[in-house]
Amino acid sequence: MEKRIYPAPPQQVYLFGTCLIDLFVPEAGMDALRLLEQAGVAVDFPMGQSCCGQPAYTSGNEASARTVAAAQMALFQEDWPIVVPSGSCAGMMRHHWPKLFAADPVLGPRAKVLAERTFELTEFLVEVLKVDFAALHAQSTVAPPPIKVALHTSCSARREMGTRSHGLALLRALPGVELVEQKNEAECCGFGGVFSLKHPDISGAMVADKTAAIEASGCDQLVSADAGCLCNIGHAAEHQGRALKVEHLASFVARRLRGEAQS
Amino acid sequence: MNARHRILAKLRNALPVENDMQAAPAVAGYYAANTLAPQTCQERVAQLRGLLQAAHAEVIVASRAAWVSLLAVRLAALGVGRLALNEDTEEGRQLAATLRESSGSVTLLPFDKPIETWKQELFDTVDAGFTVADSAIAATGTLVFKSSPAQPRSLSLVPPLHVALVRAETIHAHMFAAALEEQWAAAMPTNLVMVSGPSKTSDIQQTLAYGAHGPKQMLVVIVSGEGESA
Amino acid sequence: MSTQTTTQPLQFHPSADFKNRSREALADTKLRQNFRGAMDFLRGKRSAQFPDENELENLRDLGEAVRKHALRNLPQLLEKLETQLTANGVQVHWAETAEEANAIIHGIAVGRGAKSVIKGKSMASEEIELNDYLGERGITCVESDMGEYVVQLAHEKPSHIVMPAIHKTKGDIAELFHEEIPDTPYTEDVDELIQIGRKTLRQMFVDADIGLSGVNFAIAETGTLWLVENEGNGRLSTTIPNTHIAIMGIEKVVEKLEQVIPLASLLTRSATGQAITTYFNLISGPRRPGELDGPREVHLVLLDNGRSQAFEDAELRATLQCIRCGACMNHCPVYARLGGHAYGTVYPGPIGQIISPHLLGLDDTRDLPTASSLCGACAEVCPVRIPIPQLLIRLRTEAQRNPGEAVAHRLKGQGASYSLGEQLVWKFWTGAYAHPSLHRIFRWLATRLRAFAPKQQMGWTRFRTPLQPAERSLHDLMAERKGNRL
Repeated sequence: MEKRIYPAPPQQVYLFGTCLIDLFVPEAGMDALRLLEQAGVAVDFPMGQSCCGQPAYTSGNEASARTVAAAQMALFQEDWPIVVPSGSCAGMMRHHWPKLFAADPVLGPRAKVLAERTFELTEFLVEVLKVDFAALHAQSTVAPPPIKVALHTSCSARREMGTRSHGLALLRALPGVELVEQKNEAECCGFGGVFSLKHPDISGAMVADKTAAIEASGCDQLVSADAGCLCNIGHAAEHQGRALKVEHLASFVARRLRGEAQS
Repeated sequence: MNARHRILAKLRNALPVENDMQAAPAVAGYYAANTLAPQTCQERVAQLRGLLQAAHAEVIVASRAAWVSLLAVRLAALGVGRLALNEDTEEGRQLAATLRESSGSVTLLPFDKPIETWKQELFDTVDAGFTVADSAIAATGTLVFKSSPAQPRSLSLVPPLHVALVRAETIHAHMFAAALEEQWAAAMPTNLVMVSGPSKTSDIQQTLAYGAHGPKQMLVVIVSGEGESA
Repeated sequence: MSTQTTTQPLQFHPSADFKNRSREALADTKLRQNFRGAMDFLRGKRSAQFPDENELENLRDLGEAVRKHALRNLPQLLEKLETQLTANGVQVHWAETAEEANAIIHGIAVGRGAKSVIKGKSMASEEIELNDYLGERGITCVESDMGEYVVQLAHEKPSHIVMPAIHKTKGDIAELFHEEIPDTPYTEDVDELIQIGRKTLRQMFVDADIGLSGVNFAIAETGTLWLVENEGNGRLSTTIPNTHIAIMGIEKVVEKLEQVIPLASLLTRSATGQAITTYFNLISGPRRPGELDGPREVHLVLLDNGRSQAFEDAELRATLQCIRCGACMNHCPVYARLGGHAYGTVYPGPIGQIISPHLLGLDDTRDLPTASSLCGACAEVCPVRIPIPQLLIRLRTEAQRNPGEAVAHRLKGQGASYSLGEQLVWKFWTGAYAHPSLHRIFRWLATRLRAFAPKQQMGWTRFRTPLQPAERSLHDLMAERKGNRL
């Protein structure tokens, strides 16, 4: 993966909330906003936003993906970074939008510019804002009790965006948080968008192995910076009757900084 | 139109330009930049020996004067009764002479006739084959054999014990250096074989086992100025 | 002259019921365990071979450059290869289809009055199902690669392209040998099992009229076939019988000998985690006058069988960069759970999912491109950087395309998964997500009617509790924060 060169911290950013967070994990979007604001950055949430187009793109419906993506591209007129609390959607915008519009003389160059401005949330907090979470934590009046967490990095976050290290850096900076290892951590949880609908048996087998490995890690809860994986792992664990708590990384960090033990 | 024409026509139709050879991949540049080559002959001997041993071969490093008697002793100790070899090489002649003189128990089977005349005998009754490697490769622990009338292909392949002699000065740092320095591409033998140990397989439950179809054992003699003397 | 007019190679087992077979495979606990163990082992072996990430990435760059260069020049390299091989005394044959390749090989065998063929490992020969073809015509083919031998003895198909019997335990093989090979006591000792295989096959190398092998790389400038193996059966098959027939896909040629060196290194390290295999066997011609052994005749069969379809499309052409190391399947979470047989194709796993549609057409392989979470583990380890997830997406597009749509490079079976219903869903989705005003209504409905979220959500709820929208969407929360009206 090419090593990314990061810009200086900006005054203001766009937040792209993603369609899954919008409908299913909205508090993660609010926590992403809080973390950015806490770091002294103004956040603009364009109300016209919906989805990066990935569901259509990965299922082979390029035209639909293009239509939906193009509708988002019009929203980011200012020269601000676009922060995305999802490695998967950030990967779509950063790596696949330019390909989708490669043949378009107007949107092609535009997609490239936006791709350069797109950052995954943890990547942005660690590499661009260089937030000192330990110092922020020290300001909080209550110290939350120690906790063991397992981190799940989505495949796009790991392989397209290279942001596993940022998730780890964030968690390691938080006092009282112990990271525990899970077996086959790098393996996909089985979500894969439409894959989980088209091949439910295979996807089901993958997530069953994942939940078992997470539970065996001895963690108190799982965190991930991708809502797709969280929904998959969380709802599978619930179906299996496991008492596994899952939470978006942004919410977990925001909560620890507030000194809260439980969400 | 036959299959050949149809296939080639289809491929040609798909390409924007007819000939794009100029953008050749930078293989030489890669090996110049990325390979830490052992510099001295001694280092190469050590690397070759270590890797061959790791690949389950037995290695003797011996001087020019001593190798033949050391090998004769080792062959006797291994209980080699019937040894096939080709006496068109200097070392083949030397070994044959030594074994004949030593009046030991080794029967020599000169590989000087087409395989068809003694195929069954070669497969069933020969304990070992003696070969002289054309060169070797330190980085991978590899011996190089080029087929010729003096270097039958099956001598390093059919007998259960493969005895191979390699001269230390023919050891190259790595495979690219071997191909370049020996100019392999300019004159390929009918069969160039690189051998990196006795035959093996992991086809049963990923468990490594030696002696699959080729030699079960390999004994390599590295003849070096710095080798052990008798 | 196009692929549409060639006959469907019937010898492949149809992959139409992939979903049923995958369900069966998933339910087979022992199979799951075998593959999990084998995959973990092979992943570890590979990663131990690449301790230096820079070296690995540079070598992958070089490997990709070599393969791309070869494909950019494929027609003239094939001609050059043919010219050089012919000058070396090798007879070159071209086959557009599996049927043609089988007929060519059968013709050679008949011409020599051959009764038996000893085979080194060849996936191309599996692809054309040569053993069955010759067997039906009275010529016996015996597989000599230990894994292939096990699979043949069990009347099965390889489940992995590098380790054909990877689905079997030593206990399975002990039982198989005990039952199928006369006077063989039951033993689970792997050394003993290998020696049983060795002893049983040894005479066949002596007796066989023809040795048949695959090819790992062919070198155009020298007219050389480069074979990679550990067991020595490949060398025996190509050295002992009077006639050697090699078969290879047309994509395997490279320009120069020096260019194979990085590819061979990538191959062995990626496939089995070996710095090098026991034998690199470079064949440039039959026995010359004065030489005492080696085949008197060497033939090469160049096989297209759908490869030129992939070649015709600039994006899909990358499929042909493959050097068949199998690292993609070793690292694939789907393959690790299904094993190779469920795919129903000769090439399983990610590489099979992108090559099989060209060999068989999308009609018979429609479920393969979607059987991936697009996790990217395959592309991450591919030694020649084939963008496998990207190609899977492209094949999904082609499978869903209206069968009647005219495109520049039509794939066999275009529109095999075309569904009006799905098109309607995507139309609705596109409308709801591309227009802010419609999306606002959609969000409003989804959150306000959340109590009515269906309890059965297609495949999702077989293994998970149902998804239910939040009470208020992120848009709602943001609007509230801004003090804006939604």
